[in-house]
Amino acid sequence: MLYRFVYGALIVFLVVVIERVARLATLPVHLRWELYPVAHEENARYGGSFFEHLDWWKRKRNTSMLGELKVMVPEIVLLKAVHEHNRSLWYRSFPFHFGLYLMALFVALLVGGGVAQAFGVEIGASAPSIGLALHWATKVVGFAALGLMGLGALGLLVRRLTDPTLRAFSATADYFNLLVFIALAVVGLVASITSDVDFVELRRFTQSLATVHLDAPAPGGWVGAEIAMASAVLAYIPATHMSHFFTKWFMYHSVRWDDRVNTVGSPLEGRIVSQLGYKVDWSAAHIQGGNRKSWVDVATEKPEPKP
Amino acid sequence: MKRHLTIEEFSRPSEQLARVDIEDLIPLPPPYDGYKEPEWTRLKDEKRASCECSLDDTVLLSLPKPKSLREERELADKFVAGLQKLFTKENNWTFLQPLVLSMEHCAKCQTCSDACHVFLESGGNDVYRPTYRAEILRRLYYRHVREGGLLSGLTHGRVGMTWTTVARLIELAYRCNLCRRCAQTCPIGVDNALIAREIRKLCSQELGIAPKELHEKGTMLQLSVGSTTGMNSLVVKDNMDFIDEDMSEKTGVKLQSKWDVEGADVLLIHNAGEILAWPENPGAFALILEAAGISWTLSSELAAYDGVNYGLFYDDAQFARIALLHAQAAKKLGVKKIVAGECGHEHKALMVIADRVLTGDLNIPRESSFVLLEEIVNSGKLKLDPSRNNFPVTLHDPCNVVRLMGIVEPQRRILRKIAPQFREMEPHGVDNYCCGGGSGFAIMSGNNFAEWRMKVSGRRKFRQILEAFRDEPDPAQPKYVCAPCSNCKGQIRDLFAHYGAKEKVGLHYGGLVELIVNAMTDVKPGFMDFDAG
Repeated sequence: MLYRFVYGALIVFLVVVIERVARLATLPVHLRWELYPVAHEENARYGGSFFEHLDWWKRKRNTSMLGELKVMVPEIVLLKAVHEHNRSLWYRSFPFHFGLYLMALFVALLVGGGVAQAFGVEIGASAPSIGLALHWATKVVGFAALGLMGLGALGLLVRRLTDPTLRAFSATADYFNLLVFIALAVVGLVASITSDVDFVELRRFTQSLATVHLDAPAPGGWVGAEIAMASAVLAYIPATHMSHFFTKWFMYHSVRWDDRVNTVGSPLEGRIVSQLGYKVDWSAAHIQGGNRKSWVDVATEKPEPKP
Repeated sequence: MKRHLTIEEFSRPSEQLARVDIEDLIPLPPPYDGYKEPEWTRLKDEKRASCECSLDDTVLLSLPKPKSLREERELADKFVAGLQKLFTKENNWTFLQPLVLSMEHCAKCQTCSDACHVFLESGGNDVYRPTYRAEILRRLYYRHVREGGLLSGLTHGRVGMTWTTVARLIELAYRCNLCRRCAQTCPIGVDNALIAREIRKLCSQELGIAPKELHEKGTMLQLSVGSTTGMNSLVVKDNMDFIDEDMSEKTGVKLQSKWDVEGADVLLIHNAGEILAWPENPGAFALILEAAGISWTLSSELAAYDGVNYGLFYDDAQFARIALLHAQAAKKLGVKKIVAGECGHEHKALMVIADRVLTGDLNIPRESSFVLLEEIVNSGKLKLDPSRNNFPVTLHDPCNVVRLMGIVEPQRRILRKIAPQFREMEPHGVDNYCCGGGSGFAIMSGNNFAEWRMKVSGRRKFRQILEAFRDEPDPAQPKYVCAPCSNCKGQIRDLFAHYGAKEKVGLHYGGLVELIVNAMTDVKPGFMDFDAG
């Protein structure tokens, strides 16, 4: 039952992520709305753009993937923008997010350990080399992940409850989301401390999951509860605003840094021409689309001054 | 203790949702320390009785109050219909992706609030948080577009869908300068300023509601007569003739503006407001281009002598119509490129936003005048004497050109060459603050809206200017704020008048080309006359 639940959660997670990515990726190409600094520009250090050059359209553009990485890595790993612009929140938000990153690493270590075990690698405090490293890495990362995630979520919850502005903007789900992470951390820590301090049970479970041995006994008690909760959270995240962990890519690359220039005969121009043919339904007097006029019709007509 | 606004009370009728107490405004630096702003001019009772004025201390749109509950309901329903259209690709391909991303991912952390000059200078009034209006639209979106049903209230929060909500939301969309400083600080990438613009757009394109300064007297006038100033092509040519005469007399250099020169390299498009309000600016442009031997022209085609495109601020259809006219004029003349004059939103409208509207042979290269001017200054074709500009100068960065286009250094490099006492404001460049007149506010003064522009939205810029010249307290020493944008100049003009800044601090303002001409040794000394008017 637990195996099926975890597989089910994983499938829900993947389906929702893919659906959201597909929905965002297939939206029409929009008008440019970049915001400087644009990280891949050669003068990104002060926010400069290719527009600073005379006859910029004749000049070969020098863009830098490294420039994007220099912004994205500290932003993702260290939450640089929150650190710069909202320091008091960062003290709560950073441990929470870093705890989640460690949680992902923890799961990877469990899966890696499970697969290694399936190939006969011994893992434990008295195991040789790789097994010993995996044992300690999993243990340190697991406890750090649960601790940081829980503390961070608690800090965020307290802040949301005590700051009148945040409270005014918060919906029930905002509290619920944080409570879920706190509960997961508590259950995980209790499970680990009381019955699985070396994460042996979890590793055995992930081994069975990874090798599809569904007849292996599934953990019960606190560890079983921890697995079930973690799976439910995994399935839940992409359906909430927390999906920003992957939609942020679109926010930056498709909007903030999307300075692609429309050139005559380019595929981009082809998409624009096609979209200019969309029928318009806006009903204000100066448009009166009525699903009869295209954007080209609207843009090339002289509007009526009065309804 | 300060009372915090909730989202839910936005939809509850009351006489006035938010108030900015004069006491809450952040004090200004010397010599305005101790200066107390006058109390708000109270809106007239007749106004309050007939129009929707229940948002804050001012009113811009003067929406007539519906005559019946039925009419209220109809208007609210129409808003919902518009909201639904806003999230369809056919009706809003232009901004759908950025809008959806900003709608669905805000963590409501309020990081952006401290980046907003309006929120900060109001003393932290909740209604001006970039998140406040966005959160209301977000809740309506989940309820009426995503059709979240009863669950929507639990997952995303509630706000009533009433006429009060709609009337206040439209008005509140016009308390944001669209400078997008908030978006710059968002850790996730949410753009709450875009949401303000999209609310404006929904109201204009579906309900036909927009400030008359932007619509009737703005885009509609430009599309019918040719310019938001009301000048047709004959009048604009007459006015430019006067400017040529005046400039020739003032500078000692014979000047004749060029019109409709086919095959010219450059089609220069000014904000036509310059021609009426700051004629020395187009005059200086003409003088510089002539002195540098540039092949250039102005166009007398409909709308092509006015780079204004207020559609940028509120309406995609109007935007596209005007952008097309600009491009068609350039195509007709066969110019090599269009150069945007000293107008921030013209820059962004023509060079960035229109980029994905103009296709085929209408996609004519477009360039900033700052870049061309830098090339001219560096070319040595002008004989320049920087000592003629030996007075304190600071630079205002128009948001549209700098944060939203990344044109940061060319104008600075010019100033470093020709203005020995150039100093930066803090912060500057892409981190600048808006002048407070952005997104068309500078041309809006109805009722007591100009007071709001001075006391709230423009206060940060005035503070920055005072700080930039803090080491020059003598009002007899002229100090120059170089603001290479018509809209910003209009706002700075009004700020200086409001605070008596010329008399009290010695503050003056103007564009970039005026400083260049003032440094030209071929020009009679004293082109910039700080004692005049």
